[in-house]
Amino acid sequence: MGTPGASASEAQIELQGIERVFHLGDSVVHALAGIDLRIDAGEYIAVMGPSGSGKSTLLNVLGLLDRPDAGHYLLEGRDVTTLSPDEQARVRSQRIGFVFQSFHLVPRLTAAENIALPMVLAGLPSRERDERVRQALDGFGLTDRAEHRPDQLSGGQRQRVAIARATIMQPAMLLADEPTGNLDRATGDEVVRLLEQLNAGGVTLLVVTHDAALGARARRRLLMEDGAIRHDERQGATGHAHG
Amino acid sequence: MRTADLLGFAVGAARGNRVRTALLMLAMAIGVAAVVTLTALGDGARRYVVREFSAIGSNLVIVLPGRTETGGINPGSFVSSTPRDLTVDDALALLRAPAVQRVAPLAVGTSELSVGGRLREGMVVGSTAEFIEVRQFKMAQGQFLPREDWNRGSQVMVIGAKLRAELFPNEPALGQFVRVGDRRFRVIGVLASTGSGLGMNTDELAIVPVSLAQAMFNTNTLFRILVEARNREAIEPAKQQVTQIIQQRHDGEQDVTVITQDAMLATFDKLLGTLTMGVAGIAAISLAVAGILVMNVMLVSVAQRRSEIGLLKALGASGSTIRAAFLVEAALLSAAGALFGYALGLAGAAVIRALYPTFPAYPPDWAVLAGLGTALFTGVLFGVLPARNAARLDPVTALARR
Repeated sequence: MGTPGASASEAQIELQGIERVFHLGDSVVHALAGIDLRIDAGEYIAVMGPSGSGKSTLLNVLGLLDRPDAGHYLLEGRDVTTLSPDEQARVRSQRIGFVFQSFHLVPRLTAAENIALPMVLAGLPSRERDERVRQALDGFGLTDRAEHRPDQLSGGQRQRVAIARATIMQPAMLLADEPTGNLDRATGDEVVRLLEQLNAGGVTLLVVTHDAALGARARRRLLMEDGAIRHDERQGATGHAHG
Repeated sequence: MRTADLLGFAVGAARGNRVRTALLMLAMAIGVAAVVTLTALGDGARRYVVREFSAIGSNLVIVLPGRTETGGINPGSFVSSTPRDLTVDDALALLRAPAVQRVAPLAVGTSELSVGGRLREGMVVGSTAEFIEVRQFKMAQGQFLPREDWNRGSQVMVIGAKLRAELFPNEPALGQFVRVGDRRFRVIGVLASTGSGLGMNTDELAIVPVSLAQAMFNTNTLFRILVEARNREAIEPAKQQVTQIIQQRHDGEQDVTVITQDAMLATFDKLLGTLTMGVAGIAAISLAVAGILVMNVMLVSVAQRRSEIGLLKALGASGSTIRAAFLVEAALLSAAGALFGYALGLAGAAVIRALYPTFPAYPPDWAVLAGLGTALFTGVLFGVLPARNAARLDPVTALARR
């Protein structure tokens, strides 16, 4: 299918009838059952719902880590479901930043090296890398932790390194899967404020969370259940789910 | 990903798991060390034999009784029975050949040598005054056999250095008598120590006139006739003339084998060169085994690093980047292991040389290159499958495993 004719201005993300089916033994699980979703640039979205409702699968599909079994995913007007794995890797590299619950830092690399990793993989020259890493360390208050390895950092510092890494390629959107799940309340709040600052700077922020308090901070909330979006509400007002 | 970054990443990954890295390098090192040390042994044997042959004299043509089908030498040259014997007269006749400088007949047997109460089994060689010149021996004391009629020798003997030390430990040997069977020989000379040559340890020889040796061993045949050609160019003509003369004397039948030192050298060179290749082949098997170990270890590594691979993909690494990273790591580890093994092999060869100073155990260049090359090749070859597995890993499932 081509670009959606219905939308007045072009959406950053447009999901059309996305399905994702897992086969567990004999049973078939519809992790995503016909998701239609439109996200504009700069939105702040919390995806909520019980375990197994398909939140993480949605995040993986949005992040091009997982391929839908049916439907179309238009990212900035381009159908990315049909791209080759290497082209998808390039899109991940340039447009998408991930923040994980368990940080996923490479244990043998220092904080600075972890932050530089996406640029290394993208083949950026080391002078440019060093400059950007220095700015990122400065911006995230990690300058004195640059040469520390992850096991020498606190949880909050680790997540800050992970966020610095996720944003170092200046992506269009940040996908965060339970970013505060492994942190105490105070550190978690700090991390959330950091993410919100980035969102204020124009980056689309999508947070998957169990935490109602965290979800309440988002301007738009998606409530998922059994692989479908049950509620799509914006800033207090309840809207209607697309699917 | 840039090449320098790729290398740095691979080195980092290798250093991240030291046990795995050490194991892999050790496997490669043992393989390469085996190739280097074993070929050093094989090639050392080749050089040793070549050197020994060169030591038995120059421009040498050797006449053996018996005929081997194709010429050259084979193991049969040393054991074949004789259809028509070589005699002292045959040897004398060879002096007529224009290309021949000297001729020394050789009759060999073992006998008991005794001096006073001391008894020793020894190799007795019957020859003539020319023997010392043909074989280029040096005298330590006294003189060699006198020039005299080949068919009527005097009862004199020249002994090797070791024999002298054993038979006459505390007294001068010259002028003393040695008993061989029922004969007594006066010692007139002692050979300078030379070590072994052509399978005989000259330090243990007792040399007597050829006619007496034949009488003692109750035979009129010769073991060999050593012919010295006038110069290097005369070796081939000498060989032909010798063959012709013996053929005439033996009723037109070619029943002797005439070999030149060059031919012998070439044969042994080839034989031992083949042996070295064979040994290298066996050692190369250990390299293949090391390659399989590389594959195994890298596969385990891919399994252990699933979440890291998933993360790299999430951060935008393409399949080819992941594949390159794992291949470079396998190649780096193999190369480092191979270099380590090369050093180990050189040390092994040095130990062999230290233990056996006469044995020139140096690994040949081709073996070193082949060993290092095979190590790298197998390392990369067996690194392909794990690297492909890593590249194909689904990022979602890879990330979920933690």
